[in-house]
Amino acid sequence: MRASTDPHGKGVTMDVTAIVNGVERTADVEPRVLLVHWLRDELGLTGTNVGCDTSSCGACTVLIDGRSAKACNLFAVQVDGSDITTIEGLAIDGELHPMQQAFHECHALQCGYCTPGMVMAAVSLIDEYPDLGDRGVRVGLEGNLCRCTGYQNIVHAVLQAAGEQERHP
Amino acid sequence: MTDVATHRRTGAPRVGESAPRPDGVAKVQGRFAFSSDLFAENLLWGQTIRSPHAHARIIDIDIREALSLPGVHAVLTADDVPGELHYGLEHQDQPVLAADVVRYFGEPVALVAADHPETARRAAAAVVVSYEPLTPLVDSALAAQADPIHPDGNVLRTLTIRHGDLDATAAVVVEGTYEVGMQDQAFMGPESGMALPSADGGVELFVSTQWLHADRRQVAGCLGLPEDMVRITLAGVGGAFGAREDLSLHVHLCLLSQHTGRPVKMVYRRPESFVGHVHRHPARMWYRHHADTDGTLVKVEARLLLDGGAYASSSLAVIANATCFAAGPYRVPHADIEGTVVRTNNPPCGAMRGFGAVQSCFAHEAQMDKLAAALALDPVELRRRNALATGDTLVTGQVITGAAPVAEVIDACASHPLPDLAAVDEQPMMHRPGGAGRTADAHHVRRATGFALGFKNLLFSEGFDDYSSAVCRLENGAVTITCACAEVGQGFVTLAQQIAREELGIDEIVLAPAETATVGSAGSTSASRQSWMSGGAVQAACRAVRGRVLQQVARRRGVALDGLVLRDGIIESLDGSVRVDLADAVDGPIEETAEYHHRPTQPLDENGQGDAHVSFAFAAHRAVVDVDPELGLVRVHDMTTAQDVGRVLNPLQAIGQIEGGTAQGVGLAVMEELIVEDGIIKNRSFTDYLIPTTLDMPTVRIAALIEEPEPDAPFGAKGIGEPPTISSTPAIVAALRAATGLELTRVPVRPQDIALPRS
Ligand code: FES
Ligand code: FES
Repeated sequence: MRASTDPHGKGVTMDVTAIVNGVERTADVEPRVLLVHWLRDELGLTGTNVGCDTSSCGACTVLIDGRSAKACNLFAVQVDGSDITTIEGLAIDGELHPMQQAFHECHALQCGYCTPGMVMAAVSLIDEYPDLGDRGVRVGLEGNLCRCTGYQNIVHAVLQAAGEQERHP
Repeated sequence: MTDVATHRRTGAPRVGESAPRPDGVAKVQGRFAFSSDLFAENLLWGQTIRSPHAHARIIDIDIREALSLPGVHAVLTADDVPGELHYGLEHQDQPVLAADVVRYFGEPVALVAADHPETARRAAAAVVVSYEPLTPLVDSALAAQADPIHPDGNVLRTLTIRHGDLDATAAVVVEGTYEVGMQDQAFMGPESGMALPSADGGVELFVSTQWLHADRRQVAGCLGLPEDMVRITLAGVGGAFGAREDLSLHVHLCLLSQHTGRPVKMVYRRPESFVGHVHRHPARMWYRHHADTDGTLVKVEARLLLDGGAYASSSLAVIANATCFAAGPYRVPHADIEGTVVRTNNPPCGAMRGFGAVQSCFAHEAQMDKLAAALALDPVELRRRNALATGDTLVTGQVITGAAPVAEVIDACASHPLPDLAAVDEQPMMHRPGGAGRTADAHHVRRATGFALGFKNLLFSEGFDDYSSAVCRLENGAVTITCACAEVGQGFVTLAQQIAREELGIDEIVLAPAETATVGSAGSTSASRQSWMSGGAVQAACRAVRGRVLQQVARRRGVALDGLVLRDGIIESLDGSVRVDLADAVDGPIEETAEYHHRPTQPLDENGQGDAHVSFAFAAHRAVVDVDPELGLVRVHDMTTAQDVGRVLNPLQAIGQIEGGTAQGVGLAVMEELIVEDGIIKNRSFTDYLIPTTLDMPTVRIAALIEEPEPDAPFGAKGIGEPPTISSTPAIVAALRAATGLELTRVPVRPQDIALPRS
């Protein structure tokens, strides 16, 4: 990471290099820029949503080095050197990730605003704890709010995807 | 001729099946564009300057410094509004930008457009507004007598229902006073949108909303433009629940775009969203029930007072609902009910899921339990004895002609087996009230159940000419449906495809974008009305296309029209002489537009009597709760529900609506309230305004979806979005009362209401 003064007069900027969805990205960003704004506004990855920007809702959840994190709760400069996956990077060769497939099949979304964050949080949760039951999934997703579904289908979807993962590790 | 077999039905789901959402794949991939994701070249960012006072006179607005900042392209005030200065859903009283007086905390006063969102925020901070603070009117009970805060007075509407003998009384009388706090819709996607200047001098607006054509009428009026120069397209909506029925940033965006000649985008942050839309009306309600000793209801008296806040929004319709349904889904021969909604300097209130029926259901269900206790009757049995049925008369004098399987709803819910819950001291700590480490002693925890029943009207009422429009176009064997129905998450897009498949037997149904220029109004996505109204419009448009196809085939093949059938995309004659694929049956495109109206309703007369509503839907909930009475902590373990749905069009979606609606009722019961002090909302964040999480939400079990087809409705299906939000709250509070013995007359029930009851 290197600090410099931005030629457009934005003030001090810093170099950030990170792998985002498998592609190395380097940028000059102001230290105050939140990761979620960098992803959305600079990289055009608008799948990651902002529901609160006070780390209360989880709509902005992404994976940083494989673990879920709320992208409104980090500055872009903090991910220098990290490997980031957003919802856009989850499908492989156009094939939905089993978690995405399960959310679609189980009707685990209505408006879908919470969905990208919810899916990313669930992927990380199941990766870490593959054998969770209903309660464990609920504990693990407590930081992700959904206003539409009442969560029941979300929990079904996560359990379905976890089962798939067990069968095809 | 094409091999007809290739166009045979491939199994795409029709009406009654769990079709997947057509937008589901895009939504799980993050490719679905929400209104916050919009972008255009040369984009400017808008920001709103809002009042920090609940009531104040504006002395001066100094925009000079803000305008001089580099990157700032416009700073606008009320003087810059070219057309109507006020807008409103029913009653045009809300200023686009406040001119001489602000009437609520957060009221828009000025607008900024700049080349970066941060520049826009700094410019907004540089606008100097001088106010002379006035004493805010914040007590709804004083509003009628207080000095008017608006030229047309403080009482927005009083509705009186006088039914039967007003002097009637009976052996058992119970009385109570109840309150409902201010709930927020708290959709996940804050208000956002983008306006672009169009070549003809008009404007194009992409926005998340519930009713595109009502928006267009209001926006065009304020811009001083004819309606056809304002084109509004639905952008991806992150939930609505009533909060997007009124305008928020719509006119503001268009003003900035018209002024700068550039695209302008605005995205509210969460604290701004909390002041940027209407809320659920807080209510104060007094009730007196009279019943015979066998539990037969004789009379209900009620006085309801709703706080409408500073502007009318849909208050006039909300108070009508609260009042019309104040007696609950019961046979009540005599009624004396009066509902009033007033203006105050509190935040404006309007539509939220349940729309007035939520407030009165909390009160009438508390009364029913009180009555059951006074009669030493089982609360469920008391409800059963008084339950409405088809042919019964409401307190408004309206006879229920449609389906009213109220007894079935009660029985299904009440007889569903109780959940198999571990004893409190055998449960993991996480399952106890308050979660791990908070409940003092498992042996203090009390478990109880509560039951509640609710209902409301479907579609718009009181003589409103409610309609929806749809276009069906058949071209080269492909069908495109155009309808301006706002998809806000409820799943109309899925149903529209299912209905078109059902009517035309074609699997591949394309839905055109919802917008104002290509089709007439679909009405509002509210009042549980779109499956019925826009579903009806889509059905009618498809049937019209089918009719023309069959006519052409009949004419060309010289067969009788009534001998032709269309099934699975193939037209056949009964005698077997004709068998042709729909795709090949006609030359050129066939397009039909349909406008669907429900049967007309009447206004209520001076005694609140009249055929004011089209249809009703009923739901019951049974709640199981654990309570730690010393700490006031609550765990809702189970919500079991049964609902009158007419017919299920899509089981997975129907259940999803019921689970989600129940969650919002859980929130109102035990956690959700906007704390308003002197007119100022104190908890404008998700850190302080709490909605249910995965752990707060109990298991929701559907005891039954009662399918008694509604005679008037397309496919017999009733709307299902709102009833779950109505009976869930009172069921939980009933359980809390049973567990604690406290009266608990106010929602949300807070820990202190249980641990430190006032009397
Ligand atoms: S936007 Fe990051 S947690 Fe809400
Ligand atoms: S699906 Fe709308 S917030 Fe979760």
